[in-house]
Amino acid sequence: MSGQVWEQVAGIAADILGVKKSSLDANSGPEHIEAWDSVQHLNLVMALESHFSLQFDPEEMDRMTTLGRMAEIVEARAGGTHAR
Amino acid sequence: MSDRRAQIDRWIEQGAIGEARSGLSELLWAEGLSNATAAFSIARYEKLRPHIPLLAYRVAILRSFTVEPLVPMLRAAAFAHGLDLTVQVGEFNAYAQEILDGASALYRFEPQAVFLAVDTRSLAPELWSEFAEMTDPSGAAVVARVNQQYHDWVRAFRRHSDAHLILNTLAPPVRPAFGIYDGQARSGQYQTIEEVNRQIRAITRDYRGVYVLEYAALVARHGQENWYDERKWLSVRLPCAAAQLPRLACEWLRYLQPLSGRVAKVVVVDLDNTLWGGVVGEDGPSGIRLSEELSGAAYREFQRALLDLTRRGILLAIASKNNPADALEVLERHPGMLLRPHRFSATRINWNEKTSSLREIAAELNVGLDALAFVDDNPVERHRVRVELPEVMVIDLPEDSWQFATSIRDCPWFERLSLSEEDRHRGAYYAAEQQRAVLETSCVTREDFLRSLQQVVEIAPVNPATLTRVAQLTQKTNQFNLTTRRYSEQQIDELARQPGCHVLSIRVKDRYSDNGLVGVAITCDRADVCELDTFLLSCRVIGRGVETAFLAHLACEARLRGKTRLEGWFLPTKKNSPACEFYSTHGFQMVRSEPQGALWALDLEVQAPWPDWIERLTPTEARP
Repeated sequence: MSGQVWEQVAGIAADILGVKKSSLDANSGPEHIEAWDSVQHLNLVMALESHFSLQFDPEEMDRMTTLGRMAEIVEARAGGTHAR
Repeated sequence: MSDRRAQIDRWIEQGAIGEARSGLSELLWAEGLSNATAAFSIARYEKLRPHIPLLAYRVAILRSFTVEPLVPMLRAAAFAHGLDLTVQVGEFNAYAQEILDGASALYRFEPQAVFLAVDTRSLAPELWSEFAEMTDPSGAAVVARVNQQYHDWVRAFRRHSDAHLILNTLAPPVRPAFGIYDGQARSGQYQTIEEVNRQIRAITRDYRGVYVLEYAALVARHGQENWYDERKWLSVRLPCAAAQLPRLACEWLRYLQPLSGRVAKVVVVDLDNTLWGGVVGEDGPSGIRLSEELSGAAYREFQRALLDLTRRGILLAIASKNNPADALEVLERHPGMLLRPHRFSATRINWNEKTSSLREIAAELNVGLDALAFVDDNPVERHRVRVELPEVMVIDLPEDSWQFATSIRDCPWFERLSLSEEDRHRGAYYAAEQQRAVLETSCVTREDFLRSLQQVVEIAPVNPATLTRVAQLTQKTNQFNLTTRRYSEQQIDELARQPGCHVLSIRVKDRYSDNGLVGVAITCDRADVCELDTFLLSCRVIGRGVETAFLAHLACEARLRGKTRLEGWFLPTKKNSPACEFYSTHGFQMVRSEPQGALWALDLEVQAPWPDWIERLTPTEARP
């Protein structure tokens, strides 16, 4: 996973979950972060889609259980090149 | 991107409220509205909330699709436009029960505005994916059914609530079931959906406070192919692709600004690189870009958008740092100019700070700073105005001048949901006001001036033709307003029907213009007292005896109904100081003083004289 994609994914997650970016790592997920409920999860997925100009498949959304997985899926789909 | 966020948080910590607020507006402008920028901004606005001018407003969304990711976007955009929204979302697909049941969570929430956000595939799947299988090929049955449902819902809603209700039109599917035959058929899929939409619009015209959101047009504006994401519909019932969510949220906001009254009455524009391309002081009048061709066309289109605003009753003004002679040369003579000097109700072309020009313009036009919108291509000027004049609505222009016109046309501060005759001609009233000012300086005494104005007033009970304007005046008049009670059209209509209640309007003409309907009084009789619930006048006629004439009429009518006293409150606000001496200068005595205001009374045995320089017209002789 490239540092550039991770930085952007973590920045978006920090905005949405209202936490410090430095407190997030690849294993961060709904179990560890209280604010990460199903509504915030959807907000996070939507934010990633619009930021990277992507549309995830439902199967990909199911696999997004941690921030690290999210960054991997973004990278596999876009290679991070579609970032604004 | 994180630098900008860190800076905003530092400003908040240091208590630099204006800077923090300006930083948040710039964040949304630079990065766009998304779930990320929305979440970040809401958390900061909630900290700034007690320190910045915000209007609280309650909104409910009834829905047939997932709206949860839209809610933070709507709230963030609303904060940036001066509204602090409390949003309640109805249960998924339970909109019909919620609207029909008077005891539902919807009505317990006591919303001020309600969106009925229902899409075609939920409400009428026959018109979406099942059109080819429909047993009734004319579609008449489904059109009638949908129309009946909307009628039932709106009727029930009006029984249980006086909130505003926004219905949306139904969008057609991207591809009709019969392909190109759809257009040839007697009642094709697109035509059938359009018939449903025609009836939805008709319903909104039949009820007060019910409006239509042209959802099909919104989808078309951004492109049907781009709008939908079928995977998101199937997995999480989202109505559109992630990138389109901010567009729907912003479309909702366009309704909430005029409904809440948080709108601009005046737009103050810069000149160089805003109204035209280039700098007139450097490039000269012939060197600036302004024409119907090439890059000049973008500026001409921007001027067209501003000119269109004047037909909504919004005034134009100029605040420019320039040599007046250079700028006027362009304004008066450049062949590409659409906006000539007479279109501007106030003009400040000088080397003063924009903040002082804005203050002067507000004073000259007799409006508060919170009625001004400010448009400037220079981000430094915008930041400065945001920090020093937090009430002014600052509009961020994009880098690309081709998008200037769009940012005016999409701006929610310029939206109106009803327009009166007065709105369409407001620019002309202000032009007449400038002539009156000339007359005033040429008259020897104040009395001479008032006589020479040849004022004629007409006082009449509210009627269907004046209802919109009367409600609008109660919502927008801040200065000469004794009680500042805001009423919707619906509420005015109900007040006028109440026994003992009188809702009156006053129209004023003078030798220069018909000022139109400029004042409202609402009185309620109880026992031997006539209470003044509302008494307000547009600031463009105050100080000419019109208020005295209006009061004389109310006193005379109350006396004829056997009342012995006329009572009224003065409820002070930040803005209504122009009205604070009204009672004391018109023979009222203070009855009691309370924290929220003072109660005054006029003994009706004393005559309240009609100013003899004002002629009165009775409604019957006034018009057919």
